[in-house]
Amino acid sequence: MNKIWAIFRKDLLIELRTKDSFNAMLFFGIVVLVIFNFAMESLRSSIHSAVPGVLWVAFAFSGTLGLNRMFAAEKENGCLQGLLMIPADRGVIYLGKTLAATVFMLIVEFIVFVFSLVFFNLTVWAEIPYLALIFFIGTLGFTAVGTLLSAIAVNTRMREVLLPLILFPVILPVLVNAVEATNIVLNTADYHALKLPLTVMTVFTIVFGTISYLLFEHVLED
Amino acid sequence: MSESSRSRMDAVLGVVLLLGMMLALYMAFIEAPREQTMGDLQRIFYFHVPAGITGITAFAINFVASLMFVIRKNRWWDNLALSAAEIGVMFLVMVLVTGPIWAKPAWFVWWTWSPRLTLSLVLCLLYVSYLLIRKYIEDPERKAMVSAVFGIIAFMDAPLVWFSIRWWRDIHPSLTSESGGLAPEMRPAFFTCMAVFQVLMIYLLRRRFYLESLSNELELIEREAGTAR
Amino acid sequence: MIQIRGLSKYFGRFSALRNLDLAVRQGEFIALFGRNGAGKSTLLRLLAGLSRPSSGTIQYSRLAGSPKRLNPRSDIGYLSHLTSLYLDLTAMENLRFYAQLMDIQLDEEDLVQRIGRVGLAGREREPVRNYSRGMQQRLAIARAFLHDPEMLLLDEPFTGLDQSGSDLLKRVLADAHARGKTCIMAIHDAQVGYELADRLVILERGAAAFDTPKSSLSLAEFREQYMKNATDLTDA
Repeated sequence: MNKIWAIFRKDLLIELRTKDSFNAMLFFGIVVLVIFNFAMESLRSSIHSAVPGVLWVAFAFSGTLGLNRMFAAEKENGCLQGLLMIPADRGVIYLGKTLAATVFMLIVEFIVFVFSLVFFNLTVWAEIPYLALIFFIGTLGFTAVGTLLSAIAVNTRMREVLLPLILFPVILPVLVNAVEATNIVLNTADYHALKLPLTVMTVFTIVFGTISYLLFEHVLED
Repeated sequence: MSESSRSRMDAVLGVVLLLGMMLALYMAFIEAPREQTMGDLQRIFYFHVPAGITGITAFAINFVASLMFVIRKNRWWDNLALSAAEIGVMFLVMVLVTGPIWAKPAWFVWWTWSPRLTLSLVLCLLYVSYLLIRKYIEDPERKAMVSAVFGIIAFMDAPLVWFSIRWWRDIHPSLTSESGGLAPEMRPAFFTCMAVFQVLMIYLLRRRFYLESLSNELELIEREAGTAR
Repeated sequence: MIQIRGLSKYFGRFSALRNLDLAVRQGEFIALFGRNGAGKSTLLRLLAGLSRPSSGTIQYSRLAGSPKRLNPRSDIGYLSHLTSLYLDLTAMENLRFYAQLMDIQLDEEDLVQRIGRVGLAGREREPVRNYSRGMQQRLAIARAFLHDPEMLLLDEPFTGLDQSGSDLLKRVLADAHARGKTCIMAIHDAQVGYELADRLVILERGAAAFDTPKSSLSLAEFREQYMKNATDLTDA
């Protein structure tokens, strides 16, 4: 437990000092919003129905950037070597990294969401708790498998390029349900319907979190 | 299994397969009745659906082999997993090619985001990812282990993908619906094709597996000879 | 202490190690020589558990005078030309982070002292990014010795060190050796290797081509052997 916390704190400390991935993630998220705003010009009258999809595309893209950066940084000076030699189950590294990735992503998501309120002219108040829950579970599902796949990707010849290629097909159930849930909150307000997508995302997170935790040991190598 | 009995088995299987394919063509194009609304076009169904199911069978084999590799760490299982993944992708590509051929005349669209077609597409992407990962890892032990982990994840992802898109389709209904029932007269043709596709998969799997073990052997010989250095 | 049997590691057609047998006794200092690609690094990585063998086994046995087996995760210190340091953290933060992961209780004073011992006193709170290559390598030495490991695996540890840094590392290694720690060091410099080690091994194409206690031959004799087995044609 202490070690998970140590890894998380270390990532946080480096990030606070350099803001490398944070800036990149945030900027990319906002760029995606802007691009989609132009791409969907023809839907101007019904743009609100596109917002959930645009938001999650922005989250997924910036999240991929963050995940990539996270393990690439470990590779830089052979730091991964140091981590691999610690006397603990390597699942600990997985949990620490997943925690860090989730926190970074949630912070970026919050800011990107605020920008989207402005760009798409939305007003939310009562919806905020529901959205927070959806963002949280969706992000956890994303990082649960994203952390494992990013550890795989950085150790290939393709390095960071590979991550989106292998991550997005796997993550599809989370994206579909997260978009749908966000849509329910923003556009239909039929909160009973939220149960199903939230359940699917939770199941996804638990199943893949467990598998990743157990198998992380095997994929991690310097 | 000895070399000679292996190749005898392949030869027998090959002959059975050839006869089976001829039978399947007969059943699908001549024996089976003409569908009332879609006409002869519907006959593509006898190839489209079995290809999909056979592809998924291959992925199931990949899943079991991946799991066994993680437990046993034996190269044999890795070879099986790789062979199954490649062949599964091939069958799924058949599904994705026959899908639009069928959809365009029947429903006047190239692509319908129907749950089954979407699942086929996502499965295809998942296992192309699997093959990509293999391509870009050099260390053979690592390659086998990492791809086994990915194989497990990919297959466990499939039910969730299926469930998500089914549910998603429910709220965004499309123009087309997938007919569930199959007229009793069509069943013999369908099940014949189904069986022949499965035999085809097993035959290809054996050949591909054999090829992979040959390439392992070649690697070994080259290593012994030290030609690479 | 370590029994290596039939160890092989292949990368496709290329074998980095082939069918290597080697017994490492506790307290030994082995210098590992060989051309680039002879399998030195691969062997060290396999011993450290950083990579999996293609075939063969590495058996870690009980430590003398202790009921526990050598555990590659907690009893091995690994030092290579890669420093495993986070450039954006200070020296203190780096060591504190690794100490936490290794379950070692160290207070601020201990850390300052350890950093001082590798000649970096006064620069503990500077980000490692500001350090020169040699200074980083010094800190890496402190990192590798953080848990006072039973066994040290060293892969070209002198890379980037200046004269005084090299002297420091030699002193640290000789001291560890004197305290009964086991060392295996891959190195190109025949003289330094001969000076520190008590057993000399030359790897050639992934197998031990030469393996002898230092006492059996002089530096000059060893140099001759070294030229024969361990130098690249281009070097000669």
